[in-house]
Amino acid sequence: MFFYLIRRILYAIPIALAVGFVCFMLVQIAPGDPINAIVPADAPGDVVEQVRRDYGLDKPLPVQFGIWLLKVVQGDLGRSLATGRSVWSDLSSAISNTLMLALVASAIGFVLGCTLGGLAGTFRGSLLDRAAVGIAVAGVSVPHYWLGMVLVVVFSVQLNWLPAMGAGPGGSSDWVWNWEHMQHLVLPAVTLAVIPMGIVTRTVRGIIAEIMNQEFVTALRGKGLTRMGIFIHVVKNAAPNALAVIGLQLGYLMGGSILVETVFSWPGTGLLLNNAIFQRDLPVLQGTILVLAMFFVALNLMVDLVQTALDPRIKRA
Amino acid sequence: MHLRRFLLTACLAALPALAAAPAVQAQGTIRIGMTAADIPLTNGQPDQGFEGNRFTGIPLFDSLTMWDLSSAERPSTIVPGLATEWRVDPADRTRWIFTLRRGVRFHDGSEFNADAVVWNVRKVLDREAPHFDPRQVGVTATRMPTLRRAEKIDDHTVALFTSEPDSLLPINLTNLFMASPAQWDRHRAASPNAEAAWGAFAREPSGTGPFRVTRFVPRERLEMARFDGYWGEKARAERIVLLPIPEANARTAALLSNQVDWIEAPSPDAIPQLRSRGMAITSNAQPHVWPWQPCFTGDSPLRDVRVRRAINLAIDREGLRTLLGGMMAIPVGTVPRGHPWFGNPSFNIRTDKAEARRLLAEAGYTPQRPLTLRVQISASGSGQMQPLSMNEFLQQDLKEVGVNVEFDVIEWNALFTNWRNGCQHASARGVHATNVSFAAMDPFFAMVRFWDSKMAPPVSNNWGHFNDPRFDAMIAEARNAFEPAARDAALARLHAAGVDEALFIWIAHDVAPRAMSPRVRGYVQPQSWFVDLRLPYIQ
Repeated sequence: MFFYLIRRILYAIPIALAVGFVCFMLVQIAPGDPINAIVPADAPGDVVEQVRRDYGLDKPLPVQFGIWLLKVVQGDLGRSLATGRSVWSDLSSAISNTLMLALVASAIGFVLGCTLGGLAGTFRGSLLDRAAVGIAVAGVSVPHYWLGMVLVVVFSVQLNWLPAMGAGPGGSSDWVWNWEHMQHLVLPAVTLAVIPMGIVTRTVRGIIAEIMNQEFVTALRGKGLTRMGIFIHVVKNAAPNALAVIGLQLGYLMGGSILVETVFSWPGTGLLLNNAIFQRDLPVLQGTILVLAMFFVALNLMVDLVQTALDPRIKRA
Repeated sequence: MHLRRFLLTACLAALPALAAAPAVQAQGTIRIGMTAADIPLTNGQPDQGFEGNRFTGIPLFDSLTMWDLSSAERPSTIVPGLATEWRVDPADRTRWIFTLRRGVRFHDGSEFNADAVVWNVRKVLDREAPHFDPRQVGVTATRMPTLRRAEKIDDHTVALFTSEPDSLLPINLTNLFMASPAQWDRHRAASPNAEAAWGAFAREPSGTGPFRVTRFVPRERLEMARFDGYWGEKARAERIVLLPIPEANARTAALLSNQVDWIEAPSPDAIPQLRSRGMAITSNAQPHVWPWQPCFTGDSPLRDVRVRRAINLAIDREGLRTLLGGMMAIPVGTVPRGHPWFGNPSFNIRTDKAEARRLLAEAGYTPQRPLTLRVQISASGSGQMQPLSMNEFLQQDLKEVGVNVEFDVIEWNALFTNWRNGCQHASARGVHATNVSFAAMDPFFAMVRFWDSKMAPPVSNNWGHFNDPRFDAMIAEARNAFEPAARDAALARLHAAGVDEALFIWIAHDVAPRAMSPRVRGYVQPQSWFVDLRLPYIQ
């Protein structure tokens, strides 16, 4: 197990390199110019070239990538071309905001998804099953940025119950877990929860339904186990597969949602990436994507380990 | 008994607060939803275009010359700022003498003087200066292309030197904001290098403007409080809070749900709803031109003045205005009629499709041999208004006179980059015009950079490689006219010639729509990109 862990951690290194390289090349291939993050379009050519030299953007691409990589190895993600601020300072605050949003959305999505999926799988073919499947399909099908806008129109603009944007009355830096702040979380979290809720519902329903058809369940029933007793056995068998799906969904949520965070002006990694893409802010783009990729790798590793703990039949070596 | 005494004490304690409440509310906090995706830089030279100057330039810092933003009725002109008067040296017309305002202090308490001016010029022009900041060069050098250096004459007089005689310098200087050298020195002492010191300065800036920064949350909000030591008329509002909300629907929702009091650029679709909820919609003529800029080289059909005139005459601008819910002004040139630089052009820009057809026929374009124009446009972008729907309207409109328009739709950043490359560059992909909106605040930005042959790429934005010695001579004449009236007359001749040659396809002028809560009072929307934030307050 220990060697498995070490091997998985070592796998992260080529993944990080590949992510950094692909991101760097994509920005170079895309039309536009990173220098536009620093100088306006009406800047004279000599000023543009001078600033390009000042920021090392005139160097050959492999050299630029090498310099960035060297800094990253030393723990320095560089400075934003657009603002001059440290990438890590902007990224760390964005990650904490996205984490907060993702965890709340996960709690909503997974609890609802597991409940609806469990009920639907247990009572297959019933009205409850159809309703749960309908909700799941709607959750997966509805574009979440559209849903976000609808929720804003209803709950913020018309009813004036909840704020339409932002991460607290004074911004995210003085966040406190009280209603004044948490009300800012409600609409984006609900919007973000809808897709994982739908996916988890469908997955859990499928797994439960499959397990319910297995012979050991019939045997349990024949032994006279109560419905709850059987259900517990089914859940234990379903947990590893459901966990894998939940882990993936959690990874997606942690990556932030560009659309949802933009609709709600939520200062997370999605909004940070969105701005960096439009400004061609290369250091912010590379730093953010690298950290998020590593996050995803770590999360997958954790899910694998938890799966092993839950189901001893799964061997990691 | 105890309860009664408690209530009495509570009421007495609340009295001062109740008495003070109306006074505070009369001034209030104005929360503004900007279109910018981040807080514009607060280091003294804002980014994010002129929205940056509007919100973190002018309110926090002053310049030697400033825009008069007090009137909605007349075009905004320059007035004394931190300099009370200025003149060019008759013996050396590259040397300007500026007399500085006395008794001005920065937010940190240090004195504004000639040393501060020299320090601020060096921060962007002297690469050897310890406080030189390459980040500020791009947004500064561009806007004062001839300024070279500054020299202290005495504590309250300074000489500025230009590379060539340039009467436009006082106008250009509205873009050079004065940051506090003392504040920067303090940050430098605690920072490992100059770059880090500028970063720290941006978090705790100090200028001489009517507001000072009290709280800065990167990417989320900037809070400014009224600076009571301001040298001029004090601000009426107690505080201003700036919130970056780049998404137009999110801005509208924020205003309607009372999270902000003022939003920039509501989308035209939202305006009826905003009005129905009692919000004030404001707009005014703004020196913001939304054109097609022609290519004058190669096989471009826009090399022919008859074609350029025909396109200008074929556009139904009233129809376009209806499409935008009234949120545009109809252009008759780069500047409006009545502007000191308008002049007396003989070509009258209007809608006259019959004349357009006649001119096209004269140029050899008939229904059998229709004209096809290719235009590079963006799908969105800062200052671009509603580029897709507006261009589609033009495409449909020009079809009526037999002109087929094809679009090369690219992303905003790419369009900007291509603008710097020129129409002969591969990035132009053979288009005949580009659709980049621009600010026309000063003569350089309005005309010189487009019509001076020396401004062809990569120098500046003469994207179409326009080259006419008559125009070069008129520009030189304007730059050498140091009396304001003579300078304006020269610029008016230049503008009139530009209109006569139809050097742009003038399509729309933006009117800078804003939506505000009815609680915002005292607001004046000048004919400018900027706003005087000293005037509005919350009632």
